[in-house]
Amino acid sequence: MDPRLSIIPERLRHIDKKIMVVSGKGGVGKTVISSLMALELALMEKRVGLFDLDFNGPSCHIVLGVPEHIMPVEEKGLIPPTFRKVKFMSIRYFAKERPLPLRGEDAVNAIIELLSITRWGKLDYLILDLPPGTSDEVLDIIRLIKDVYALIITTPSKLALETVSRLIQLLKILKVPILGIIENMRRGESKVYDFAKKMDVRYLGALPYDDTLEEALGDVNLLLETKVAKALINIIRSGIIENNGDEQ
Amino acid sequence: MVHEWALAESIVKTVLDIAKERKIKSVLSVEIAIGQLQQIELDILKDALNELKRGTLLEKAKFIFVEEEAEFQCRNCNNIWKFSDVKKDLKADEAEAIHFIPELAHVFIKCPRCGSPDFIVLKGRGIRISAIRGVTNGSPSFDNS
Ligand SMILES: Nc1ncnc2c1ncn2[C@@H]1O[C@H](COP(=O)(O)OP(=O)(O)OP(=O)(O)O)[C@@H](O)[C@H]1O
Ligand SMILES: [Mg+2]
Ligand SMILES: [Zn+2]
Repeated sequence: MDPRLSIIPERLRHIDKKIMVVSGKGGVGKTVISSLMALELALMEKRVGLFDLDFNGPSCHIVLGVPEHIMPVEEKGLIPPTFRKVKFMSIRYFAKERPLPLRGEDAVNAIIELLSITRWGKLDYLILDLPPGTSDEVLDIIRLIKDVYALIITTPSKLALETVSRLIQLLKILKVPILGIIENMRRGESKVYDFAKKMDVRYLGALPYDDTLEEALGDVNLLLETKVAKALINIIRSGIIENNGDEQ
Repeated sequence: MVHEWALAESIVKTVLDIAKERKIKSVLSVEIAIGQLQQIELDILKDALNELKRGTLLEKAKFIFVEEEAEFQCRNCNNIWKFSDVKKDLKADEAEAIHFIPELAHVFIKCPRCGSPDFIVLKGRGIRISAIRGVTNGSPSFDNS
């Protein structure tokens, strides 16, 4: 019997809303949006945690510029350090910059371990940045965190929409409430709004393609000034804070 | 390494859940397999368990620890080796990382024969509850988990 599983709900008990940021496709901006969203919610005086669950390629710390010396504190478990008012947990604290050759099952085991020992305390939001697709990690988060919401990220590309359509169908089968779709890297006309309508999922808004984003990565002050960050604020107000998703 | 406390909490919570499910009124003993890879400080774990069990169905429970040697098998060349063969090569912070997350063995340990990090942990990863004994309605019950 694995003793870790029964303690996980206990560890997450004082968190009001858990949101997993997902997409059918890789490279659509999940990590950038998870990190920015955590920062912006914190600036709105919400208590926020950010958990980087991409154990093969953790990268929220790069977006935020979390320095290497920042580490969790050991106290009856692990207390995530607070960076720019966001409680941040990542496997990067332990692996540093070394390669992480974890197979799906290992990654999930590592996630279970961290979920069972991390003490988040009271939070309004816990944002979970996940790897792309319907990987083991996504399926296991749905299994382990019964009240998790999904926030879907896509680009306007046909290729992304195709995979997102599969993901939405799966989430509906698994009865995961969907907060909505955020369209990222928009340039000009797009079909995402119609796509969302067809899939019966709320369209939360678009973030523009932004050339200045790359420069801003790793610098929170610059990041918050980008067009992406500014567009995200409105989505957070209308789509995250007030919305409870379509309970399927 | 006070994170043993968190592990003790999960053990107690799990045993209480099982006891409830099996209508056990008082738990007499809990057998816990301790995988060597996680490098648990047994004394700290014991102290934590003894403190956490107070006032619960586990009040009278004895904890029995069975230590399990950690063993790996390389997926590339099939070589089998033991954690104890390679532990001395780990730096303190690397050993500590594995203590928190045993899967980080794949980051800090390589197959001694071919150097691959792609191996299976055959046994001795972490903590498992292997048996619970308790009393249901006055009669002793023997339960294997
Ligand atoms: N709106 C945008 N404008 C311009 N570039 C962007 C925008 N959003 C994200 N990017 C860039 O796209 C790349 C991928 O972003 P990110 O890593 O957040 O995607 P991801 O979905 O998390 O990827 P993965 O699936 O690999 O985890 C990054 O280089 C990021 O800076
Ligand atoms: Mg990512
Ligand atoms: Zn080998």
